[in-house]
Amino acid sequence: MHAIVTVIGKDRVGIIADVCALLSQQRVNVLDISQTVMQEYFTMIMMVDVTDAELPFAELVKLLEEEGKSLNLTIRAQREDIFNAMHRI
Amino acid sequence: MLSRNEILETIDMIDQQHLDIRTITMGISLLSCCDPDPEAACRKIYDKICRTAENLVKTGEQIEREFGIPIVNKRISVTPMALVAAASETSDYVPFAKALDRAAKTCGVNFIGGYSALVQKGMTAADRKLIASIPEALAETDFVCSSVNVGSTRAGINMDAVRLMGETVKKTALRTADRDGFGCAKLVVFCNAVEDNPFMAGAFHGVGEAESIINVGVSGPGVVYHALQSVKGQPFDEVAETVKKTAFRVTRMGQLVAREASQRLDVPFGIVDLSLAPTPAVGDSVARILEEMGLETCGTHGTTAALALLNDAVKKGGVMASSSVGGLSGAFIPVSEDEGMIAAARSGALGIDKLEAMTCVCSVGLDMIAIPGDTPAETIAAIIADEAAIGMINNKTTAVRVIPAPGKGVGDTVEMGGLLGTAPVMPVHKESSADFIARGGRIPAPLNSLKN
Repeated sequence: MHAIVTVIGKDRVGIIADVCALLSQQRVNVLDISQTVMQEYFTMIMMVDVTDAELPFAELVKLLEEEGKSLNLTIRAQREDIFNAMHRI
Repeated sequence: MLSRNEILETIDMIDQQHLDIRTITMGISLLSCCDPDPEAACRKIYDKICRTAENLVKTGEQIEREFGIPIVNKRISVTPMALVAAASETSDYVPFAKALDRAAKTCGVNFIGGYSALVQKGMTAADRKLIASIPEALAETDFVCSSVNVGSTRAGINMDAVRLMGETVKKTALRTADRDGFGCAKLVVFCNAVEDNPFMAGAFHGVGEAESIINVGVSGPGVVYHALQSVKGQPFDEVAETVKKTAFRVTRMGQLVAREASQRLDVPFGIVDLSLAPTPAVGDSVARILEEMGLETCGTHGTTAALALLNDAVKKGGVMASSSVGGLSGAFIPVSEDEGMIAAARSGALGIDKLEAMTCVCSVGLDMIAIPGDTPAETIAAIIADEAAIGMINNKTTAVRVIPAPGKGVGDTVEMGGLLGTAPVMPVHKESSADFIARGGRIPAPLNSLKN
Protein backbone atom coordinates (compact mmCIF):
# COMPACT_ATOMS: atom_id res chain seq x y z
CA MET A 1 0.00 0.00 0.00
CA HIS A 2 1.22 3.49 -0.83
CA ALA A 3 1.01 6.43 1.53
CA ILE A 4 1.93 10.10 1.41
CA VAL A 5 4.14 11.41 4.19
CA THR A 6 4.36 15.17 4.63
CA VAL A 7 6.93 16.73 6.89
CA ILE A 8 6.88 20.37 7.95
CA GLY A 9 9.23 22.08 10.38
CA LYS A 10 11.80 24.81 10.89
CA ASP A 11 14.74 24.15 8.60
CA ARG A 12 17.90 22.68 10.12
CA VAL A 13 20.64 20.22 9.28
CA GLY A 14 19.60 16.57 9.04
CA ILE A 15 15.81 16.62 8.72
CA ILE A 16 15.76 14.27 5.74
CA ALA A 17 18.23 11.97 7.46
CA ASP A 18 16.15 11.91 10.66
CA VAL A 19 12.90 11.18 8.85
CA CYS A 20 14.43 8.55 6.58
CA ALA A 21 16.03 6.82 9.56
CA LEU A 22 12.67 6.75 11.27
CA LEU A 23 10.99 5.29 8.19
CA SER A 24 13.66 2.67 7.62
CA GLN A 25 13.37 1.51 11.24
CA GLN A 26 9.72 0.82 10.50
CA ARG A 27 10.58 -0.91 7.21
CA VAL A 28 8.86 1.75 5.17
CA ASN A 29 10.26 2.09 1.66
CA VAL A 30 10.63 5.60 0.22
CA LEU A 31 9.57 5.78 -3.44
CA ASP A 32 9.75 9.49 -4.14
CA ILE A 33 10.80 12.66 -2.33
CA SER A 34 10.17 16.29 -3.13
CA GLN A 35 11.25 18.99 -0.75
CA THR A 36 11.68 22.70 -0.52
CA VAL A 37 12.40 25.44 1.99
CA MET A 38 9.96 28.34 2.16
CA GLN A 39 10.65 31.23 4.52
CA GLU A 40 12.82 29.10 6.80
CA TYR A 41 10.23 26.37 6.80
CA PHE A 42 11.15 22.99 5.49
CA THR A 43 8.40 21.15 3.61
CA MET A 44 8.87 17.63 2.33
CA ILE A 45 6.43 15.33 0.58
CA MET A 46 7.29 11.65 0.28
CA MET A 47 5.54 8.82 -1.47
CA VAL A 48 6.21 5.65 0.51
CA ASP A 49 5.36 1.98 0.35
CA VAL A 50 4.20 0.57 3.68
CA THR A 51 3.57 -3.00 2.53
CA ASP A 52 6.47 -4.40 4.57
CA ALA A 53 5.94 -2.23 7.64
CA GLU A 54 5.57 -4.24 10.81
CA LEU A 55 3.04 -1.95 12.48
CA PRO A 56 -0.55 -1.68 11.25
CA PHE A 57 -0.89 1.56 9.30
CA ALA A 58 -3.01 3.40 11.89
CA GLU A 59 -0.34 2.76 14.53
CA LEU A 60 2.43 3.77 12.16
CA VAL A 61 0.66 7.10 11.63
CA LYS A 62 0.54 7.64 15.37
CA LEU A 63 4.17 6.67 15.86
CA LEU A 64 5.38 9.04 13.12
CA GLU A 65 3.32 11.84 14.60
CA GLU A 66 4.79 11.29 18.06
CA GLU A 67 8.36 10.81 16.87
CA GLY A 68 7.94 13.91 14.73
CA LYS A 69 7.06 15.95 17.80
CA SER A 70 10.29 14.95 19.53
CA LEU A 71 12.19 16.06 16.40
CA ASN A 72 10.26 19.36 16.32
CA LEU A 73 8.59 18.36 13.08
CA THR A 74 5.00 17.85 12.00
CA ILE A 75 4.97 14.45 10.34
CA ARG A 76 1.75 13.32 8.79
CA ALA A 77 1.14 10.04 6.99
CA GLN A 78 -2.03 9.47 5.02
CA ARG A 79 -3.15 6.73 2.67
CA GLU A 80 -2.63 7.77 -0.93
CA ASP A 81 -6.27 6.97 -1.76
CA ILE A 82 -7.61 10.17 -0.26
CA PHE A 83 -5.51 12.33 -2.59
CA ASN A 84 -6.37 10.20 -5.59
CA ALA A 85 -10.06 10.39 -4.75
CA MET A 86 -9.91 14.13 -4.62
CA HIS A 87 -7.66 14.88 -7.59
CA ARG A 88 -8.00 11.98 -10.02
CA ILE A 89 -11.08 10.66 -11.76
CA MET B 1 2.02 10.78 -9.56
CA LEU B 2 0.21 13.36 -7.51
CA SER B 3 1.62 16.83 -7.74
CA ARG B 4 2.95 18.69 -4.76
CA ASN B 5 0.22 21.31 -5.10
CA GLU B 6 -2.55 18.73 -5.07
CA ILE B 7 -1.22 17.16 -1.89
CA LEU B 8 -0.78 20.49 -0.15
CA GLU B 9 -4.21 21.63 -1.33
CA THR B 10 -5.88 18.63 0.30
CA ILE B 11 -3.95 19.09 3.52
CA ASP B 12 -4.83 22.77 3.54
CA MET B 13 -8.53 21.95 3.12
CA ILE B 14 -8.40 19.68 6.16
CA ASP B 15 -6.18 21.87 8.32
CA GLN B 16 -7.30 25.39 7.47
CA GLN B 17 -10.73 25.10 5.87
CA HIS B 18 -12.46 22.69 8.26
CA LEU B 19 -12.96 19.95 5.68
CA ASP B 20 -14.26 16.87 7.41
CA ILE B 21 -16.63 13.96 7.19
CA ARG B 22 -19.50 15.25 9.28
CA THR B 23 -20.97 11.90 10.15
CA ILE B 24 -20.89 8.18 9.58
CA THR B 25 -24.34 6.99 10.51
CA MET B 26 -25.23 3.34 10.81
CA GLY B 27 -28.88 2.61 10.13
CA ILE B 28 -30.20 -0.42 12.00
CA SER B 29 -33.59 -2.05 11.54
CA LEU B 30 -35.30 -2.82 14.84
CA LEU B 31 -38.33 -4.52 13.31
CA SER B 32 -37.04 -7.86 14.59
CA CYS B 33 -37.16 -6.53 18.18
CA CYS B 34 -40.95 -6.21 18.47
CA ASP B 35 -42.31 -8.03 21.53
CA PRO B 36 -45.61 -7.92 23.44
CA ASP B 37 -43.57 -7.60 26.64
CA PRO B 38 -42.09 -4.07 26.67
CA GLU B 39 -39.16 -5.11 28.85
CA ALA B 40 -38.25 -7.91 26.47
CA ALA B 41 -38.57 -5.51 23.53
CA CYS B 42 -36.21 -3.00 25.20
CA ARG B 43 -33.71 -5.76 25.90
CA LYS B 44 -33.81 -6.91 22.29
CA ILE B 45 -33.41 -3.33 21.08
CA TYR B 46 -30.39 -2.73 23.29
CA ASP B 47 -28.78 -6.03 22.33
CA LYS B 48 -29.32 -5.64 18.61
CA ILE B 49 -27.93 -2.10 18.47
CA CYS B 50 -24.89 -3.00 20.57
CA ARG B 51 -24.23 -6.11 18.51
CA THR B 52 -24.59 -4.39 15.13
CA ALA B 53 -22.77 -1.16 15.96
CA GLU B 54 -20.13 -2.69 18.21
CA ASN B 55 -17.24 -1.66 15.96
CA LEU B 56 -18.70 1.51 14.49
CA VAL B 57 -16.77 4.03 16.57
CA LYS B 58 -13.54 2.04 16.53
CA THR B 59 -13.66 1.65 12.75
CA GLY B 60 -14.48 5.33 12.30
CA GLU B 61 -11.46 6.31 14.36
CA GLN B 62 -9.23 3.93 12.42
CA ILE B 63 -10.29 5.41 9.08
CA GLU B 64 -9.83 8.88 10.49
CA ARG B 65 -6.26 8.10 11.39
CA GLU B 66 -5.30 6.24 8.24
CA PHE B 67 -6.67 8.83 5.83
CA GLY B 68 -5.90 11.82 8.01
CA ILE B 69 -9.44 13.17 7.65
CA PRO B 70 -11.52 14.00 10.73
CA ILE B 71 -14.80 12.13 11.08
CA VAL B 72 -16.63 14.40 13.47
CA ASN B 73 -19.58 12.21 14.43
CA LYS B 74 -20.35 8.54 14.58
CA ARG B 75 -24.06 7.97 14.95
CA ILE B 76 -26.84 5.43 14.79
CA SER B 77 -30.31 5.66 13.30
CA VAL B 78 -33.03 3.10 13.95
CA THR B 79 -36.48 2.12 12.70
CA PRO B 80 -39.12 4.69 13.78
CA MET B 81 -39.78 3.63 17.36
CA ALA B 82 -43.58 3.95 17.08
CA LEU B 83 -43.52 0.98 14.68
CA VAL B 84 -41.41 -1.18 16.99
CA ALA B 85 -43.14 -0.24 20.24
CA ALA B 86 -46.60 -0.72 18.72
CA ALA B 87 -46.36 -4.47 19.38
CA SER B 88 -45.78 -3.99 23.11
CA GLU B 89 -48.60 -3.89 25.62
CA THR B 90 -47.77 -0.66 27.40
CA SER B 91 -48.85 2.95 27.40
CA ASP B 92 -45.45 4.28 28.46
CA TYR B 93 -42.86 4.48 25.70
CA VAL B 94 -40.14 6.30 27.68
CA PRO B 95 -38.34 3.01 28.52
CA PHE B 96 -37.80 2.53 24.77
CA ALA B 97 -36.03 5.89 24.60
CA LYS B 98 -33.94 4.90 27.61
CA ALA B 99 -32.96 1.63 25.93
CA LEU B 100 -31.78 3.61 22.89
CA ASP B 101 -29.84 5.97 25.14
CA ARG B 102 -28.11 3.10 26.95
CA ALA B 103 -27.20 1.48 23.63
CA ALA B 104 -25.80 4.77 22.31
CA LYS B 105 -23.63 5.10 25.41
CA THR B 106 -22.37 1.53 25.18
CA CYS B 107 -21.47 1.96 21.50
CA GLY B 108 -19.81 5.32 22.14
CA VAL B 109 -21.81 7.27 19.55
CA ASN B 110 -22.85 10.85 20.22
CA PHE B 111 -26.45 10.67 18.97
CA ILE B 112 -29.02 8.02 18.18
CA GLY B 113 -31.98 8.96 15.98
CA GLY B 114 -35.27 7.24 15.39
CA TYR B 115 -37.48 7.98 18.36
CA SER B 116 -39.90 8.78 15.61
CA ALA B 117 -43.40 8.49 14.22
CA LEU B 118 -44.61 8.85 10.64
CA VAL B 119 -48.07 10.39 10.81
CA GLN B 120 -48.44 12.28 7.53
CA LYS B 121 -51.88 10.82 6.88
CA GLY B 122 -53.08 9.59 10.25
CA MET B 123 -51.96 8.52 13.70
CA THR B 124 -52.09 5.00 15.11
CA ALA B 125 -52.51 4.45 18.85
CA ALA B 126 -48.75 3.81 19.03
CA ASP B 127 -47.98 7.08 17.20
CA ARG B 128 -50.06 8.98 19.74
CA LYS B 129 -48.33 7.27 22.65
CA LEU B 130 -44.93 8.02 21.20
CA ILE B 131 -45.69 11.68 20.56
CA ALA B 132 -47.11 12.03 24.08
CA SER B 133 -43.88 10.59 25.50
CA ILE B 134 -41.49 12.85 23.57
CA PRO B 135 -41.08 15.63 26.19
CA GLU B 136 -40.23 13.17 28.94
CA ALA B 137 -38.13 10.94 26.67
CA LEU B 138 -35.96 13.86 25.56
CA ALA B 139 -35.63 15.22 29.09
CA GLU B 140 -34.67 11.85 30.57
CA THR B 141 -32.11 10.83 27.93
CA ASP B 142 -28.90 12.39 26.69
CA PHE B 143 -28.36 11.17 23.15
CA VAL B 144 -31.79 10.23 21.81
CA CYS B 145 -33.13 12.30 18.92
CA SER B 146 -36.77 12.39 17.94
CA SER B 147 -38.55 13.24 14.72
CA VAL B 148 -42.15 13.24 13.58
CA ASN B 149 -43.24 13.42 9.95
CA VAL B 150 -46.49 15.37 9.74
CA GLY B 151 -46.92 15.79 6.02
CA SER B 152 -45.92 14.65 2.55
CA THR B 153 -46.54 15.58 -1.06
CA ARG B 154 -48.42 12.30 -1.48
CA ALA B 155 -50.56 12.50 1.66
CA GLY B 156 -51.01 16.19 2.41
CA ILE B 157 -50.57 17.64 5.90
CA ASN B 158 -52.00 16.04 9.02
CA MET B 159 -53.12 19.16 10.87
CA ASP B 160 -54.09 17.22 13.99
CA ALA B 161 -50.50 16.07 14.23
CA VAL B 162 -49.28 19.60 13.51
CA ARG B 163 -51.31 20.90 16.45
CA LEU B 164 -50.01 18.11 18.65
CA MET B 165 -46.43 18.84 17.66
CA GLY B 166 -46.82 22.55 18.45
CA GLU B 167 -47.81 21.49 21.97
CA THR B 168 -45.07 18.86 22.12
CA VAL B 169 -42.32 21.33 21.21
CA LYS B 170 -43.57 23.66 23.91
CA LYS B 171 -43.76 20.90 26.53
CA THR B 172 -40.31 19.63 25.59
CA ALA B 173 -38.89 23.11 26.14
CA LEU B 174 -40.54 23.33 29.55
CA ARG B 175 -39.33 19.87 30.57
CA THR B 176 -35.77 21.00 29.83
CA ALA B 177 -36.22 24.59 31.07
CA ASP B 178 -33.12 24.31 33.26
CA ARG B 179 -31.09 23.94 30.04
CA ASP B 180 -32.87 26.70 28.06
CA GLY B 181 -35.18 24.18 26.40
CA PHE B 182 -32.32 22.07 25.11
CA GLY B 183 -34.66 19.10 24.52
CA CYS B 184 -36.08 20.91 21.48
CA ALA B 185 -32.66 20.76 19.79
CA LYS B 186 -33.21 17.00 19.61
CA LEU B 187 -36.71 17.21 18.11
CA VAL B 188 -37.53 17.76 14.43
CA VAL B 189 -40.92 18.01 12.76
CA PHE B 190 -40.73 17.00 9.10
CA CYS B 191 -42.66 17.10 5.90
CA ASN B 192 -41.45 14.58 3.29
CA ALA B 193 -38.92 13.05 5.70
CA VAL B 194 -36.33 10.85 4.00
CA GLU B 195 -35.52 7.31 5.10
CA ASP B 196 -31.74 7.43 4.69
CA ASN B 197 -30.79 10.76 6.26
CA PRO B 198 -27.51 10.47 8.18
CA PHE B 199 -27.85 13.86 9.92
CA MET B 200 -29.33 14.48 13.34
CA ALA B 201 -31.71 15.22 14.85
CA GLY B 202 -33.86 13.92 11.99
CA ALA B 203 -32.18 10.60 11.16
CA PHE B 204 -34.19 7.39 11.25
CA HIS B 205 -33.83 4.06 9.47
CA GLY B 206 -36.77 3.75 7.07
CA VAL B 207 -38.78 0.57 6.68
CA GLY B 208 -37.74 0.37 3.02
CA GLU B 209 -34.09 0.05 4.07
CA ALA B 210 -31.93 -3.04 4.56
CA GLU B 211 -31.19 -4.75 7.88
CA SER B 212 -28.32 -2.34 8.48
CA ILE B 213 -26.62 0.25 6.34
CA ILE B 214 -23.84 2.85 6.34
CA ASN B 215 -24.74 6.40 5.33
CA VAL B 216 -22.19 9.19 5.24
CA GLY B 217 -22.69 12.94 5.45
CA VAL B 218 -19.94 15.18 4.11
CA SER B 219 -19.37 18.79 4.94
CA GLY B 220 -17.21 21.62 3.71
CA PRO B 221 -18.68 25.15 3.80
CA GLY B 222 -15.18 26.40 4.59
CA VAL B 223 -13.75 24.80 1.45
CA VAL B 224 -16.47 26.31 -0.75
CA TYR B 225 -15.98 29.72 0.86
CA HIS B 226 -12.25 29.54 0.26
CA ALA B 227 -12.69 28.44 -3.36
CA LEU B 228 -15.07 31.34 -4.05
CA GLN B 229 -12.48 33.84 -2.90
CA SER B 230 -10.58 33.04 -6.09
CA VAL B 231 -13.47 34.18 -8.33
CA LYS B 232 -14.25 37.54 -6.70
CA GLY B 233 -16.38 39.79 -8.92
CA GLN B 234 -16.78 37.22 -11.69
CA PRO B 235 -20.16 36.28 -13.20
CA PHE B 236 -22.38 33.66 -11.56
CA ASP B 237 -21.51 31.05 -14.19
CA GLU B 238 -18.00 31.06 -12.73
CA VAL B 239 -19.34 30.92 -9.18
CA ALA B 240 -21.47 27.89 -10.02
CA GLU B 241 -18.56 26.13 -11.76
CA THR B 242 -16.29 26.73 -8.79
CA VAL B 243 -18.83 25.39 -6.31
CA LYS B 244 -19.43 22.33 -8.49
CA LYS B 245 -15.75 21.47 -8.71
CA THR B 246 -15.30 21.88 -4.98
CA ALA B 247 -18.39 19.81 -4.16
CA PHE B 248 -17.12 17.07 -6.48
CA ARG B 249 -13.85 16.78 -4.57
CA VAL B 250 -15.48 16.86 -1.17
CA THR B 251 -17.97 14.19 -2.18
CA ARG B 252 -15.30 11.94 -3.68
CA MET B 253 -13.70 11.93 -0.28
CA GLY B 254 -17.05 11.10 1.33
CA GLN B 255 -17.57 8.26 -1.09
CA LEU B 256 -14.11 6.87 -0.31
CA VAL B 257 -14.75 6.93 3.43
CA ALA B 258 -18.23 5.46 3.02
CA ARG B 259 -16.94 2.57 0.93
CA GLU B 260 -14.09 1.92 3.32
CA ALA B 261 -16.37 1.97 6.38
CA SER B 262 -18.89 -0.28 4.68
CA GLN B 263 -16.18 -2.84 3.79
CA ARG B 264 -14.57 -2.87 7.21
CA LEU B 265 -17.86 -3.16 9.07
CA ASP B 266 -19.29 -5.59 6.54
CA VAL B 267 -22.42 -3.49 6.34
CA PRO B 268 -23.79 -2.39 2.94
CA PHE B 269 -23.07 1.15 1.79
CA GLY B 270 -26.26 3.21 1.59
CA ILE B 271 -25.77 6.76 0.44
CA VAL B 272 -23.56 9.81 0.62
CA ASP B 273 -25.48 12.88 1.72
CA LEU B 274 -24.22 15.96 -0.14
CA SER B 275 -25.23 18.48 2.47
CA LEU B 276 -23.19 21.57 3.19
CA ALA B 277 -23.34 21.42 6.97
CA PRO B 278 -21.93 24.40 8.85
CA THR B 279 -20.48 24.48 12.36
CA PRO B 280 -20.21 27.41 14.75
CA ALA B 281 -16.44 27.60 14.04
CA VAL B 282 -15.24 30.70 12.20
CA GLY B 283 -14.61 29.77 8.57
CA ASP B 284 -17.17 26.96 8.45
CA SER B 285 -20.27 28.98 7.67
CA VAL B 286 -22.87 28.77 4.87
CA ALA B 287 -23.90 32.39 5.52
CA ARG B 288 -20.36 33.55 4.78
CA ILE B 289 -20.47 31.78 1.40
CA LEU B 290 -23.58 33.76 0.50
CA GLU B 291 -21.88 36.95 1.64
CA GLU B 292 -18.81 36.07 -0.42
CA MET B 293 -21.12 36.14 -3.47
CA GLY B 294 -21.60 39.85 -2.83
CA LEU B 295 -24.21 40.29 -0.10
CA GLU B 296 -23.38 42.68 2.71
CA THR B 297 -25.12 40.42 5.22
CA CYS B 298 -26.87 37.10 4.92
CA GLY B 299 -30.60 37.83 5.05
CA THR B 300 -30.62 40.88 2.82
CA HIS B 301 -32.28 40.93 -0.63
CA GLY B 302 -30.54 38.47 -2.91
CA THR B 303 -29.95 35.87 -0.20
CA THR B 304 -32.53 33.43 -1.56
CA ALA B 305 -31.07 33.60 -5.07
CA ALA B 306 -27.54 33.13 -3.78
CA LEU B 307 -28.63 30.13 -1.72
CA ALA B 308 -30.52 28.61 -4.68
CA LEU B 309 -27.37 28.76 -6.80
CA LEU B 310 -25.22 27.31 -4.03
CA ASN B 311 -27.62 24.48 -3.27
CA ASP B 312 -27.99 23.48 -6.90
CA ALA B 313 -24.29 23.66 -7.71
CA VAL B 314 -23.41 21.51 -4.69
CA LYS B 315 -25.79 18.81 -5.93
CA LYS B 316 -24.54 18.98 -9.52
CA GLY B 317 -20.93 18.65 -8.43
CA GLY B 318 -21.59 16.03 -5.81
CA VAL B 319 -23.89 13.72 -7.70
CA MET B 320 -21.17 12.70 -10.18
CA ALA B 321 -18.76 11.89 -7.38
CA SER B 322 -20.79 9.24 -5.58
CA SER B 323 -22.32 5.99 -6.70
CA SER B 324 -25.39 6.65 -4.60
CA VAL B 325 -26.57 10.01 -3.36
CA GLY B 326 -29.42 10.44 -0.92
CA GLY B 327 -30.43 11.75 2.46
CA LEU B 328 -31.16 15.44 2.57
CA SER B 329 -28.44 16.57 0.15
CA GLY B 330 -28.61 20.34 0.20
CA ALA B 331 -27.16 23.31 2.04
CA PHE B 332 -28.23 23.47 5.69
CA ILE B 333 -29.10 26.77 7.31
CA PRO B 334 -29.23 26.01 11.04
CA VAL B 335 -29.03 29.42 12.66
CA SER B 336 -27.32 28.51 15.93
CA GLU B 337 -24.78 26.25 14.20
CA ASP B 338 -23.51 28.82 11.73
CA GLU B 339 -21.30 31.67 12.82
CA GLY B 340 -22.43 33.93 9.94
CA MET B 341 -26.13 33.22 10.54
CA ILE B 342 -25.72 34.02 14.23
CA ALA B 343 -24.13 37.35 13.36
CA ALA B 344 -26.85 38.13 10.79
CA ALA B 345 -29.62 37.23 13.24
CA ARG B 346 -28.03 39.38 15.95
CA SER B 347 -27.78 42.38 13.65
CA GLY B 348 -31.46 42.00 12.73
CA ALA B 349 -30.71 41.44 9.03
CA LEU B 350 -31.92 37.85 9.15
CA GLY B 351 -35.43 37.12 10.41
CA ILE B 352 -37.67 34.11 10.55
CA ASP B 353 -39.64 35.20 7.45
CA LYS B 354 -36.50 35.41 5.32
CA LEU B 355 -35.35 32.06 6.67
CA GLU B 356 -38.69 30.57 5.65
CA ALA B 357 -38.20 31.88 2.12
CA MET B 358 -34.69 30.45 2.07
CA THR B 359 -36.01 27.01 2.96
CA CYS B 360 -37.88 26.95 -0.37
CA VAL B 361 -34.58 26.61 -2.21
CA CYS B 362 -32.36 24.62 0.12
CA SER B 363 -32.31 21.82 2.63
CA VAL B 364 -33.92 21.56 5.14
CA GLY B 365 -36.04 24.03 7.04
CA LEU B 366 -36.30 26.38 9.98
CA ASP B 367 -33.46 24.82 11.88
CA MET B 368 -32.03 25.55 15.31
CA ILE B 369 -33.88 28.81 15.78
CA ALA B 370 -34.52 30.12 19.27
CA ILE B 371 -37.86 31.90 19.66
CA PRO B 372 -39.32 33.65 22.71
CA GLY B 373 -40.30 31.32 25.55
CA ASP B 374 -43.81 32.75 25.70
CA THR B 375 -44.59 31.85 22.07
CA PRO B 376 -47.98 30.06 22.14
CA ALA B 377 -48.12 26.39 21.07
CA GLU B 378 -50.55 27.37 18.28
CA THR B 379 -48.00 29.78 16.82
CA ILE B 380 -45.36 27.05 16.82
CA ALA B 381 -47.89 24.73 15.16
CA ALA B 382 -48.58 27.40 12.54
CA ILE B 383 -44.83 27.77 11.87
CA ILE B 384 -44.74 23.99 11.37
CA ALA B 385 -47.77 24.15 9.05
CA ASP B 386 -46.12 26.85 6.90
CA GLU B 387 -42.92 24.84 6.52
CA ALA B 388 -44.83 21.64 5.82
CA ALA B 389 -46.81 23.45 3.11
CA ILE B 390 -43.58 24.55 1.42
CA GLY B 391 -42.35 20.97 1.47
CA MET B 392 -45.63 19.48 0.32
CA ILE B 393 -46.12 21.79 -2.66
CA ASN B 394 -42.48 21.82 -3.76
CA ASN B 395 -41.94 18.10 -3.39
CA LYS B 396 -39.01 18.56 -1.02
CA THR B 397 -38.10 17.82 2.56
CA THR B 398 -38.78 20.62 5.00
CA ALA B 399 -38.48 20.64 8.76
CA VAL B 400 -38.90 22.73 11.85
CA ARG B 401 -36.55 22.60 14.82
CA VAL B 402 -37.29 25.64 16.97
CA ILE B 403 -36.44 26.21 20.61
CA PRO B 404 -39.00 28.28 22.54
CA ALA B 405 -36.46 29.01 25.29
CA PRO B 406 -38.33 29.28 28.61
CA GLY B 407 -38.03 32.67 30.24
CA LYS B 408 -36.13 34.18 27.31
CA GLY B 409 -37.18 36.95 24.98
CA VAL B 410 -35.93 38.75 21.88
CA GLY B 411 -32.41 40.04 22.51
CA ASP B 412 -31.48 37.11 24.76
CA THR B 413 -29.18 34.31 23.69
CA VAL B 414 -29.49 30.55 24.11
CA GLU B 415 -26.26 28.59 24.56
CA MET B 416 -26.54 25.05 23.20
CA GLY B 417 -22.89 24.16 23.47
CA GLY B 418 -20.61 22.25 21.11
CA LEU B 419 -21.71 21.78 17.51
CA LEU B 420 -25.20 23.03 18.37
CA GLY B 421 -23.81 26.51 18.98
CA THR B 422 -25.46 29.72 20.12
CA ALA B 423 -28.89 31.00 19.16
CA PRO B 424 -30.01 34.61 19.45
CA VAL B 425 -33.74 34.61 20.25
CA MET B 426 -35.62 35.71 17.12
CA PRO B 427 -38.98 37.47 17.10
CA VAL B 428 -42.07 35.69 15.76
CA HIS B 429 -45.32 37.31 14.64
CA LYS B 430 -47.48 38.31 17.60
CA GLU B 431 -50.82 37.92 15.79
CA SER B 432 -52.66 34.74 16.73
CA SER B 433 -53.00 31.61 14.57
CA ALA B 434 -55.03 29.80 17.24
CA ASP B 435 -58.31 29.50 15.31
CA PHE B 436 -56.45 28.24 12.27
CA ILE B 437 -54.72 25.50 14.24
CA ALA B 438 -57.88 24.60 16.21
CA ARG B 439 -59.59 23.40 13.01
CA GLY B 440 -57.56 20.18 12.83
CA GLY B 441 -58.21 17.62 10.11
CA ARG B 442 -56.08 17.33 7.02
CA ILE B 443 -54.84 19.65 4.32
CA PRO B 444 -55.43 17.44 1.27
CA ALA B 445 -52.57 16.29 -0.91
CA PRO B 446 -51.85 18.80 -3.66
CA LEU B 447 -52.61 18.30 -7.33
CA ASN B 448 -48.97 17.55 -8.04
CA SER B 449 -49.27 14.38 -5.91
CA LEU B 450 -51.29 12.81 -8.72
CA LYS B 451 -48.40 11.57 -10.82
CA ASN B 452 -49.71 8.27 -12.09
